[in-house]
Amino acid sequence: MAKFTRTPITYQDPNERIHNFEEVCLGYTKEEAIEEAKRCIQCKKPLCVPLCPVNIDIPGFIKQISEENFQEAAQILADYSALPAVCGRVCPQEDQCEKTCILGKKGQPIAIGKLERFAADWAIENGLKLGRTKESNGHKVAVIGAGPAGITCAGELAKEGYTVKVFEALHEPGGVLVYGIPEFRLPKDKIVKVEIDNLKELGVEIETNVIVGRTITVDEIFEEGYEAIFIGSGAGLPMFMNIPGENTNGVFSANEFLTRSNLMKAYRDDMDTPIKVGDKVAVVGGGNVAMDAARTAKRLGAEVHVIYRRTESELPAREEEVENAMEEGIIFNFLTNPVEVLADEKGWVKGIKCIKMNLGEPDESGRRRPVEIEGSEYDFDVQTIIMALGTSPNPLIPRTTKGLDSDNRNRIKVLDEYGHTTRKAIFAGGDNVTGSATVILAMGAGKEAAKAIDEFIKESSLQTNE
Amino acid sequence: MYEIVSKELLAPSIYSMDILAPRVAKSALPGQFVIIIVDEKGERVPLTICDSDVEKGTVTIVTQAMGSSTKKLVAKEVGDSIKDFVGPLGKPSEFVNEDLEELRKKKILFAGGGVGVAPIVPQAKWLAENGVDFDILTGSKNKDFVILEDKFKSITENIFIATDDGSYGFHGFVNSGIEELVVNQGKKYDVVIIIGPMIMMKFTSLTTKKLGLPSIVSLNPIMVDGTGMCGACRVTIDGETKFACVDGPEFDGDLVDWDEALRRQAQYKEEEIQKDHEYCELTGGMIYG
Repeated sequence: MAKFTRTPITYQDPNERIHNFEEVCLGYTKEEAIEEAKRCIQCKKPLCVPLCPVNIDIPGFIKQISEENFQEAAQILADYSALPAVCGRVCPQEDQCEKTCILGKKGQPIAIGKLERFAADWAIENGLKLGRTKESNGHKVAVIGAGPAGITCAGELAKEGYTVKVFEALHEPGGVLVYGIPEFRLPKDKIVKVEIDNLKELGVEIETNVIVGRTITVDEIFEEGYEAIFIGSGAGLPMFMNIPGENTNGVFSANEFLTRSNLMKAYRDDMDTPIKVGDKVAVVGGGNVAMDAARTAKRLGAEVHVIYRRTESELPAREEEVENAMEEGIIFNFLTNPVEVLADEKGWVKGIKCIKMNLGEPDESGRRRPVEIEGSEYDFDVQTIIMALGTSPNPLIPRTTKGLDSDNRNRIKVLDEYGHTTRKAIFAGGDNVTGSATVILAMGAGKEAAKAIDEFIKESSLQTNE
Repeated sequence: MYEIVSKELLAPSIYSMDILAPRVAKSALPGQFVIIIVDEKGERVPLTICDSDVEKGTVTIVTQAMGSSTKKLVAKEVGDSIKDFVGPLGKPSEFVNEDLEELRKKKILFAGGGVGVAPIVPQAKWLAENGVDFDILTGSKNKDFVILEDKFKSITENIFIATDDGSYGFHGFVNSGIEELVVNQGKKYDVVIIIGPMIMMKFTSLTTKKLGLPSIVSLNPIMVDGTGMCGACRVTIDGETKFACVDGPEFDGDLVDWDEALRRQAQYKEEEIQKDHEYCELTGGMIYG
């Protein structure tokens, strides 16, 4: 029955796409999008909306698509989200909106993400400017970090009439959208740049190459006349395993490998930044970043092994990413953990010593704890190793800002879901509060903080006027 | 874009440039560095800060044209701009945060090699302004490559110059210069701050260790972002992995795993040769000469 089956979507052929960095999922055509949108039964009390961190009116925009009103559909998205074309691609919809879709009980849920992408792409292709802003209210807010949290917070405040400036440490705005997620999953010029330009259309100013805590301090930002600050500085510090040989030539953090490829576009011959992989690459980890690194290495010509200490069912990466990776010929070595990096006489990686694992009792995360099988060590030959073990927040801002508390994992302490920190007029949200999570959760945090900042400034100005 | 407001040839292929970057100029402290991207296709290149002028809003960098990026940089003229300029990065020199009374009891020796003498300028200026005693020893290939002599002389009288071929000053490398000062001339120092190419820092710190002198080195490994994000710059200090960009760039010279640092710095050597780039610059490492 068509009602319970998802309209198929086209992907680039795996045998072709492993030789290029073009987008893997090609998106719905107009006809396909309408067909899929028509499956939505337009629930009176939709179960999808509450699971969206930015509470998009999902049935609303889908209805517009089904009636071929693509501009209206895109307008609804723009009213709720600063980055719909990004979210349509990288949100884990299967764990959010699509998880509770009523159609999912008897068949396949509506492809909400793919429809979001369709409407947002339609707006981009047609050059629509959908941002609506209120008249300027004369108040100034600064945002630290032009990643998903910061962009969202800035966009929401600009719509309310605030003068917003975003300080970005790197030379390009976008945060993880530009340095982390690969081109083949999220095109930079076609999508990310356009959505950031839309933010600028709302009046948001972005100053790149400003490292808060080094170039300027939080206190100096206040001295420049900003009444509140939102910190969305992400979780950028890579973790390593601390196993012997980890500083051998040819061992990279996934952050380094992906930053070279994505931000610096090292995969292109005409760019100055170098990147290289051996014939065989091991990627350690099982999250989305591990999949991104593995698939990037594959496109650079390597045979790629993902080394993960649990089993396929515990992989934290999105199902779609794992499927895409497997189709592309990425080899998965489950229940395996590296114990040592092996170097040749010149100090380059020649292999990796691994140990076999078994799953034991569940740990605090609820997942079964991997336990080493004694005596099961074995070596296998690789020339490049990429560590994709997660990231933690950079401690620079809390360390250089008096009264801004953080915990022992460098996460900024917030007092409530609105991102109030331990210091007045400073708000925080996204990965620097939660540790590494998803784009959409960071956007949700940015949106909530924008409400709190609006409230805070309105209250403060009332008090001043009294 | 960041405008080049002045450019001066200091020695063959070595240039000093003042770049308009008011925020960096205002916050730069001795020992810190910047990262630049010359143009749209450029890589992120770490360079040490050689001076800054808060009023003019300029930061001075000194660079030797060796690889493709530095060649592109020195081909720029006054009035041209470079695409990106970010900093100051890294921790400032330790003495900046030391108790001044204690610091004034000490005598410091700077030992710079090649273009690595340039970042001594802001450190020496700071010490001079704060009444701390120091000597400067510079090492260069030959007389033509002796740079910033007048600048140093405007800061201190205690400047000693060594050249590899003896065409000017002492005849010998920086490490033999240190032995000359300490062993033959009987000078006393509490710490030696060594800045230069990695191999020079290795051998110079071995000399200071032999003489029983503590040393501080300013490491210049390969970097990408320079903010702690990538870990390309990891170095082993006293058996522990550190990121030179955020934990350094200055470390205790006696505790550095030099062989690992030298090996890691050469990771892109082959690519550089293939690309017809000269080795040293192509490592992407911080460029001291």
